[in-house]
Parts: sequence; structure tokens; C-alpha cells
Amino acid sequence: MTSDSPIWRRLQPIVTIALVAVLIGIPLWLVVVTAGKSQGEAIQPDLTLPTRWQLWANLHQVWTEGQVPSAFFGSLIIVVPTVAGVLILGSMAAWVLARRASRATAVLYALGISGIILPPAVITVVLLLRQLGLAGTVIGMIGVYMGIYLSTVIFFVTGFVRTIPEALEEAAQIDGASPFGVFRRIVLPLLRPVLATATILICLYVWNDVFYAFFVVGGRVDTLPLNLFRVASAGLYLNNWHLIFAYVILMSLPLIAVFAVAQRRIISGITGGAVK
Amino acid sequence: MWFLAPAYAILLLFFFVPTAFNFIYAFTDWSSFKAAINPVGLDNFTQLASDGTLFRALRITVVYAVLVAIFQNVFGFGLAVLLERDTLVNRIARTFFLIPVLMSALAVGYIFQALLKPSGAVDQLFGIHYAWLADTHWTIVVVALIHAWKWMGLSMLIYLAGLKTIPEDITEAARIDGASRWRTFWRIRVPLLAPAVTFNVATALLGSMNGFDIVQATTGGGPARTTEILNIFIYRTFGQGLFAQATTMSLVLFLLVALMAFPVIYVLRKREAIL
Repeated sequence: MTSDSPIWRRLQPIVTIALVAVLIGIPLWLVVVTAGKSQGEAIQPDLTLPTRWQLWANLHQVWTEGQVPSAFFGSLIIVVPTVAGVLILGSMAAWVLARRASRATAVLYALGISGIILPPAVITVVLLLRQLGLAGTVIGMIGVYMGIYLSTVIFFVTGFVRTIPEALEEAAQIDGASPFGVFRRIVLPLLRPVLATATILICLYVWNDVFYAFFVVGGRVDTLPLNLFRVASAGLYLNNWHLIFAYVILMSLPLIAVFAVAQRRIISGITGGAVK
Repeated sequence: MWFLAPAYAILLLFFFVPTAFNFIYAFTDWSSFKAAINPVGLDNFTQLASDGTLFRALRITVVYAVLVAIFQNVFGFGLAVLLERDTLVNRIARTFFLIPVLMSALAVGYIFQALLKPSGAVDQLFGIHYAWLADTHWTIVVVALIHAWKWMGLSMLIYLAGLKTIPEDITEAARIDGASRWRTFWRIRVPLLAPAVTFNVATALLGSMNGFDIVQATTGGGPARTTEILNIFIYRTFGQGLFAQATTMSLVLFLLVALMAFPVIYVLRKREAIL
């Protein structure tokens, strides 16, 4: 507000800092100090400092026992093709849907974006994958994620394509470019901002997903959230809070690093599509 | 036209066909104990309805979704108003409130499970002894608060973006007409946020109806199954090999979301149109 009272202007930063400290600071503090404790100290997790920091040793133990490298690799080979696939196929479809105004495309568009709202049929998709011989495979998982998140891409990109003028594409067409050439040379570069948004959102969902991964590849392929789930649910690790939180730190670091680098773009990206 | 084909082939295979299967296998006795799958009509529904599971899971899911939608929007809106001015402190604070959005929901669940243990960190701060996650009445509210905590940063961002789109001269005009600051805020700026409200309420409702990780990591559906939302039920029965029951609940979730989504979006859109 432009005309806040002077008292509030003074108070606001203090209130803000206090809120951040309590709401965000305490939970994060708990993660860090607990991840730095020995098992005995971490059994009853609290906010006290560890008597002796052994964060590095705990991270190392989780790294080897929690199979972090293989889980990291598993997450990566699922996330990268999924995101690349939904972006390319989704924007191809969205381009056509935005440019052809007919009853058929309207129906296809409605069907295409229905997945944003409707929950995927998680049990029967497992059955289907078994019938296709893809159960428990990386390809099956990628297919399921693509089926879930294509609608998000179609929704964002179709809206975006409608705002860019058609003249460029027509000019390229007259110059003799094939439809594929027009798409790759003209349309795709223009879509960069909206594709950045979609990349961020879908990376976030897929990287952190445990529910669908559990049904589709649980026990067959390791991903970071699945391993955390297993580590934390296993009786073996019960009360091993120091290891659980060491794992949480390792797992969150890649996303936090990406966020730190691309913060501005992420913020404008997330908000760009929501409020028109 | 063949630009559409690959995307729609994948949607058909991995989204629409499983959804169609839902409508078939919910009416069979498919399980891990039998080789054959036979149609059984409405048996799964009548069984789930007769032992109360169906309506209980439905009620819990709806209560949870509504609570999350309320908390997440109140927190997000409060934060957006608090952090609206572009100062250094506010920019840093916004970044901090986005950290939970980036974290895995599972990790968030474990953090709060640790914080809220009886005589854990939160109890020590308040000097009380309370089992936050083992109260058959109030735990669902606690879990909904945790869910809202994770996502409030996203709602905040969207409200901030909404506040930015309101032109300064509108509030200026209201002020000149003699409206108090309080009145300008509630009568002019809040109604103009309607699109942001629509988006936030709809995503919070749908996201929490489809929730799993946070509930699983904090309570696992307990105590006494009072926080067992539909996806927890699906996960549990699938683990027991009762595939038909899990499919039935999956179908119920699908119908619930479909039935709730359209009226919710319609009502919110209509309010926008009036304003």
C-alpha cells in the first residue's frame, strides 16, 4: 500500500523477519541440526545444537547406504525425457490447437486439458503397463508422467500461442518452409518464456513425486523420493532422524541450486500463467 | 494435423485408457489372490458403502481439501499483503517462503512429524505435552495446516502478481472519494483479486483432494484412520492386493474431483464476471 501509516512502516520489516524465523527458520533449523547429530542424540529430535557436529559423516552414510547415486540417476533418467517429451509433443499439439479454430480442435483442446483437473487412474494404469510389458520400467514411468503432465503444457502453450501474431509463420510458409521447419525455426523459439514456466512446474512435480512412482516403478527403479520413502518407512531406519534429514538435505539441494540460479525467471514464470 | 498425433496418442494410451479401465475394473473382483477377473456388478460399492469406508473416506477427503483451501489462501493472501512493498527484506522473505514449495512433500511431512512429536520441539517451545498427530478429532486440521504451509508460498506469489495488476489510479480515486484505507482495501483491491482467488482456490482444492505424500509422511492415515484420505486408502488396499477395491476408490476420487471441479470453477468464474 502506498500510504501505510508510519508506525506500520517501521514495524513491517520486524514482523516479516519474525514470521520468516518462526515459520521457515524453525523447520529448516530442525533439519540441519538433526542431520548433524549422532543417532543417540537424534532419537528425540529437537532444536538444540548437536554436541558434536557429524553432518558430513551422516551425509556420507546416507550417500552409500541410501543408494543416493543410483536414485539420483533414476530420478534423472525419468525427469529429463519426461520434461523434454511433454514440452516438444505438447507444444506441437498446442500450436495446431491454437491456430485452427474448428469444432474438432475445440473438442480436442477440452480433452487435452482435462488432465489438469482430473486425477489419473493410478491403479488401472499399472494393469495397462503390465499388459504392455512396461510395468516397472523407466519407459512406462515416463509414459505415465507424460500422460499426466501433457495437459499442463497444452494448456499453457495454447494460451501463449494465441497471443503471438500469425504473420511470421505465414511469411515463412510463403518462403517455402515446411510445417516442421516453421515450427522448429519460428514457433519454438518464440515459445521460450512459456516453455521455461512449464519446465519448472513439471520438474518440480516429477522430481518430488512419490505417489505415482510407488505404483509404477516401486521396488524396480530407484528414485530419490522413493528411496527417502523406503528409508523412512523401513523399520531399520525407525528413529534414525539424523539419516532421514541428511537424506532430505541431499535430495533438496539440486532443486534449491536450480532455484538459486534461476530465481527471477521461476517467479515470473509461475505467476505469469495464473493471473491474466 | 499429424502434429497433434503423438501428444494425443500418449494422452490416449496413458491417460484416457486407464481412466476407461477404471470404469470397468471397479465392477470386478480383480485381486492378487485370484488368477481370473470376474465381473461382480456393484458389489465393491455396496461393500465399501455398507462398512462405512466409502463415505468416511469421502468425507475426510472433502474436509481435508476444504481446510487446505482455506488455510493455504488465508496464509498466502496474508503473506502477499505483508510482503507487497518491494523492499530488500520483503524480497528475501518471499524467497524463504518459496523454499517449502520446492521441497518434496514427503520431506515436509517428515519434518513436521519430527517437530510435532509428543514432547518434541514444538511442545518444548510452548511448554506443553500434546500429541499433535495422534488426536482423532484435530489431527486432520494439523495435517491440513502442514499442507497449507508447504504451498502457501505459491499462493502468495499468485496473490502478489494479482495485486501488481491493480492499477494505482483506482485506489487513488477511491481515496479521493473519501474511502478509508481499510475500506479501499476490502472494497476495491480484494474484489479485483478475483482471478487470483479462482486460481488459488481451485488448485488448492484439487491438489489436496489428490494429496498423498504429506498425509502419508505425517500420520499414514491414522490415528484410527481419521486422516485416511482417498489416496491413502488406495495405497493401503493396493498394498494388500485388493486391486478391485483400490480401483473402486480411484473411480470414486475421479468422480468426486469431476463433480466438485466444475461447479467450483463455474461459481468462482461467475463471481469474477459480476465484479
